[in-house]
Amino acid sequence: MFWKMVTGALRRQKSKRLMVALTVGLGVSLATAMLGVMFDVGDKVNQELKTYGANLTVIPRGASLAGDKYRFEGETEDASAGAEDAENYLPEDELYKIKMIFWAFNVVDFAPFLATRLTVGEGPEAREVVFNGTWFNKTLELPTGDKVTTGVMPLKSWWRLEGEPGSDDHFDGVMVGRNLAAELGLGLGSVFTAKDASGARRSMLTRGIIESGGDEDDEIFGTLAFAQAAAGLPGLAQKVEVSALTTPENDLARRAAADPESLSRLEWDAWYCTAYISSIAYQIEEALPGTRVKPVWRVAESEGAIMQKTQLLIVLLTVLTLLCSALAISNLVTANIMERSVEIGLMKALGASNLAVSLLILAETLLVAFLGGFVGYLAGLGLARFIGISVFGSQVVVKTVVIPLAVLMVLLVTLLGSLPALQAILKLKPTEVLHGR
Amino acid sequence: MANIMEIQNVSKIYGPLKALQDVSLSVPPGQWLAIMGPSGSGKTTLMNIIGCLDTPSLGEVILDGVRLSSLKPGELTTIRREAIGLIFQQFHLVSYLTALENVMMAQFYHSLVDEGEAMEALERVGLSDRARHLPRQLSGGEQQRVCIARALINHPKLLLADEPTGNLDEINEKLVMDILHKLRGGGSTIVLVTHAPEVAAHADRVIVLEHGKLAEDRLNERGGDAGPLAAAGLAESEGEVGGAKMAS
Ligand SMILES: Nc1ncnc2c1ncn2[C@@H]1O[C@H](COP(=O)(O)OP(=O)(O)OP(=O)(O)O)[C@@H](O)[C@H]1O
Ligand SMILES: [Mg+2]
Repeated sequence: MFWKMVTGALRRQKSKRLMVALTVGLGVSLATAMLGVMFDVGDKVNQELKTYGANLTVIPRGASLAGDKYRFEGETEDASAGAEDAENYLPEDELYKIKMIFWAFNVVDFAPFLATRLTVGEGPEAREVVFNGTWFNKTLELPTGDKVTTGVMPLKSWWRLEGEPGSDDHFDGVMVGRNLAAELGLGLGSVFTAKDASGARRSMLTRGIIESGGDEDDEIFGTLAFAQAAAGLPGLAQKVEVSALTTPENDLARRAAADPESLSRLEWDAWYCTAYISSIAYQIEEALPGTRVKPVWRVAESEGAIMQKTQLLIVLLTVLTLLCSALAISNLVTANIMERSVEIGLMKALGASNLAVSLLILAETLLVAFLGGFVGYLAGLGLARFIGISVFGSQVVVKTVVIPLAVLMVLLVTLLGSLPALQAILKLKPTEVLHGR
Repeated sequence: MANIMEIQNVSKIYGPLKALQDVSLSVPPGQWLAIMGPSGSGKTTLMNIIGCLDTPSLGEVILDGVRLSSLKPGELTTIRREAIGLIFQQFHLVSYLTALENVMMAQFYHSLVDEGEAMEALERVGLSDRARHLPRQLSGGEQQRVCIARALINHPKLLLADEPTGNLDEINEKLVMDILHKLRGGGSTIVLVTHAPEVAAHADRVIVLEHGKLAEDRLNERGGDAGPLAAAGLAESEGEVGGAKMAS
């Protein structure tokens, strides 16, 4: 009987019900999109901020972070002479361990680098250029059986690339910096040769031209294997850049960064099991003995802060959206009650308690609201995708947490919006509506 | 206290206006009481108070031994649900429910829905073949009979009808009166408000309100011994119910 009454009532006033459904749907779609983006935004904002580079640098203990660039300003001899000195290099075949740490999943991307000098041109025209060997699409097989593909391009998302990126399958394929390409008259597909440190001639194919706005515009990027061969350093790299998702630093993290030994057992566990940049750095050092991992602090901190602010903003907007929906619904439902005052007065006169009438109205409204909410949720998924692509330039995957949240939102919005109507039901006196006075 | 209804010095005051003034009335079970009086004399006000839809400003109402002033609003609702059947001048059927469902709605708020019983109630008012019709597909007389079926479905001790025939033509008025006769014959106590003397003539007792005061209280000569008469009239009214059905 109850459902007969609910569905009977719903069949009337279709346009008003449609408005309720639409209002809820709109609210829920916006909220779903915003929450969907919010839960995903950590990754998205981080990926956005990758434009400022990786947030961790792994170097051998023997080298200093500043050293690796200056080394080439005239110390080429030294670098190759130190080849025996393993302290100054990282073994390429150990790097997979970066993906084996506790926070492995937060390590989004990493790539090793080995720089060497090549001489292009002949005689008086000859000039030296920096050749950076790295990974492009390196697939690593982990001892766990998992396979991960990693490479330099995601770390350098601000680069503008013409043509194709390098590939680990093309030993001599390179990307040439824009300035250098202009100077040497290189275009896509151009083949050119250069002399390496040992004087051997090596030919390269220009697959892509990059523009970074920095030093890279005058350099060459090719495969790590090529650089190792040219530098005579097989199986070695100079540094690794790592991009990891991190939790904003707090007191604990700062104390741990200063001295991990100063923490109590419990604090240490808490620190180790949180994705602070310092704990990730610590874990990489554990995984790769003989290395030093330097956080790139400025970027890491702003990432965390911006993420928190963005999330706060989104939560605020979501709450406001839902409030607006509730307001609109309260208007519609109250109008509905007013229109049906005789019917409600009659129910009360027949002995329906306030609770019984309220439940009926709530059931009607909730039914419509959930229909609208469902459609709104689907629309929200689409909207989230749209926002992801247009704002963050990537897919937003709406997490399943959003579903119970959406249900909760529909409930809250409907209940909140129905409050004035329920108030009107309580106040409605059958005598005032039934006798047509 | 054998009376089903005891009204003691009841007044209803709306600011300067006294809609009811010091009305006292005792109604024994099974009596058919008609309330008459000019417009604005307080008939509906009195009905609302008896029907637990309203409370008196002064005085007491005792229904079936229960003192209403001692009850909370929720308990008044319960009394209304359990003991009172209401019939209105404007019918008041729920427009999106069929005749049968309108009757079942009263069951729903009372206790349990029983379609068979609801169907029987419609049968008693001669509308079993209109059970699946919506109110707008029914004539005024048919709608009022659905209302009566709805008022009867929970076997109320007290049936309150505020001008039930006010909107009906003579044929339908007669149909409704016949049903009421049948009910009275079955022992129901009926309170009926009417402007029409010929309607009031069916009752056992007539009271007249004037300016909220009880101006007259008399037993109907014909109504006084109408019990067996009405019962005798049943057979003939059955036939007429059927005939009216064809006509409507
Ligand atoms: N809620 C109210 N507020 C103020 N005055 C009211 C209210 N209800 C009724 N009255 C007044 O009380 C008086 C009695 O009204 P009531 O409805 O009982 O008359 P009635 O006898 O039923 O009239 P009618 O025959 O026209 O139905 C009227 O003057 C009416 O205006
Ligand atoms: Mg009246």
